[in-house]
Amino acid sequence: MYAIKIEGLTKKYKDVVAVDNLSLSVCKGELFSLLGVNGAGKTTTIKMLSCLTKPTGGDAFLNGKSICKESAAVKSLIAVSPQETAVAPGLSVLENLELMCGVHGFTKNKQNAKIAELTELLGLKSVIKKKAGKLSGGWQRRLSIAMALISEPEILFLDEPTLGLDVLARSDLWDIIRSLKGTVTIILTTHYMEEAEALSDRIAIMKDGRLLICDTADKIKKTAGTDNFEQAFIRYARGVAK
Amino acid sequence: MRMLTFAKRNTKEILRDPLTVFFGLGFPLVLILLLSAIQANIPVELFEIERLAPGITVFGLAFMTLFSATIIAKDRGTSLLQRLYTTPLTPMDFILGYTLPIVPISVAQSVICYIAAIILGLDITVNILYAVVFIIPVSVLYISIGLLCGSVFTDKQVGGICGALLTNLSAWLSGVWFDLDLVGGAFKKIAYALPFVHAVELERAVLTGDFGGVFPHLWWVLGYSVVILILAVLLFLKQMKKQ
Repeated sequence: MYAIKIEGLTKKYKDVVAVDNLSLSVCKGELFSLLGVNGAGKTTTIKMLSCLTKPTGGDAFLNGKSICKESAAVKSLIAVSPQETAVAPGLSVLENLELMCGVHGFTKNKQNAKIAELTELLGLKSVIKKKAGKLSGGWQRRLSIAMALISEPEILFLDEPTLGLDVLARSDLWDIIRSLKGTVTIILTTHYMEEAEALSDRIAIMKDGRLLICDTADKIKKTAGTDNFEQAFIRYARGVAK
Repeated sequence: MRMLTFAKRNTKEILRDPLTVFFGLGFPLVLILLLSAIQANIPVELFEIERLAPGITVFGLAFMTLFSATIIAKDRGTSLLQRLYTTPLTPMDFILGYTLPIVPISVAQSVICYIAAIILGLDITVNILYAVVFIIPVSVLYISIGLLCGSVFTDKQVGGICGALLTNLSAWLSGVWFDLDLVGGAFKKIAYALPFVHAVELERAVLTGDFGGVFPHLWWVLGYSVVILILAVLLFLKQMKKQ
């Protein structure tokens, strides 16, 4: 069963084609990574799938709902943790979580239960009363993911979730992302090859808006003729492997 | 409910900024005390407390423009709005959520100004209450200008445009600091074609109990408020779609 089915998705900005006739499918519960150098079209793809940007061509279906015709239904299925840390800096961690519960219309009881659950899952208890703007990058990313998980999404978009984090903070976030595997369909974009290889069930590599390959990390390495995933990515990005 | 949650967040973000509290609530108070002290030494009709208090109250609302513009511009600069656009919040929830929290702050500011004015000799009449009520439509005008600027400019640009340029322009063209008849000519015509002087004269008329004198100033204020609010909503929606 597909969580996401993309059919010929295209986005043009004047003369620039940011995403060019992209077609792929993602299974339910799968952790799927989108890789590519800057400008490959990863973030634009996520923006279209999360109904932030309208495609100029094609369509995508999230749990069967069209991003072009049923954006409200799609929004109720998804959550996004954007590239930059998207927290309200003047609010405490608790208040940020309450904000997300409130905009999703949770009752007080459901709000308390959900906050307790996510505080535990993401280890936020020690910073719960601290202002989000005063937290380190790693803590802000954790909070950002917790805020995305509030709505109990069926599909979660993580746009470069570990960008700029130190090794330990990144390792902690990997554990959190792994713990979500199977229960939530996750679309991850990242520039860290080892991250994509370690976490993903399947990986798509994009360049200039086009899909170059979509497969497991092992098969991508095999097709590229190397046992190093970063090398395989470089070969695809440079057009050496096809 | 969803809108109120968003409005509550905006209220907290605004009130937790100490500069906001100083400029929003404290600065008009400093001005009213300073100009009253000048008036005590060199009497000027314009700075008599009955004329000065409504003028300063309206001038103080220029900071509400700055607050509303800053919070929207800052939110646009981060990914928070992007996250919130993927939630069930509607465009109307966003507009009301940014507008409503600043109305009570505006009312609080005017109450503080009038309390200071009472201490400085303003007669206590029921008209003060009416003046506080009439500050609401005026505050919507200033907040709308902020929504408009916040939807177009970055938070740094907002600081310059709303914090310096608009604050000064709205002050010069409002007749609070000097009588517009003293300048006259094109300056006066421009001032009366804009809403700021009408907002001040509206407040002055209400405070003196001259309710006939409220018109046509109220229409100017409401007219500008509606037009600017519609423009702000359209620009905000355009920004939202650009995401």
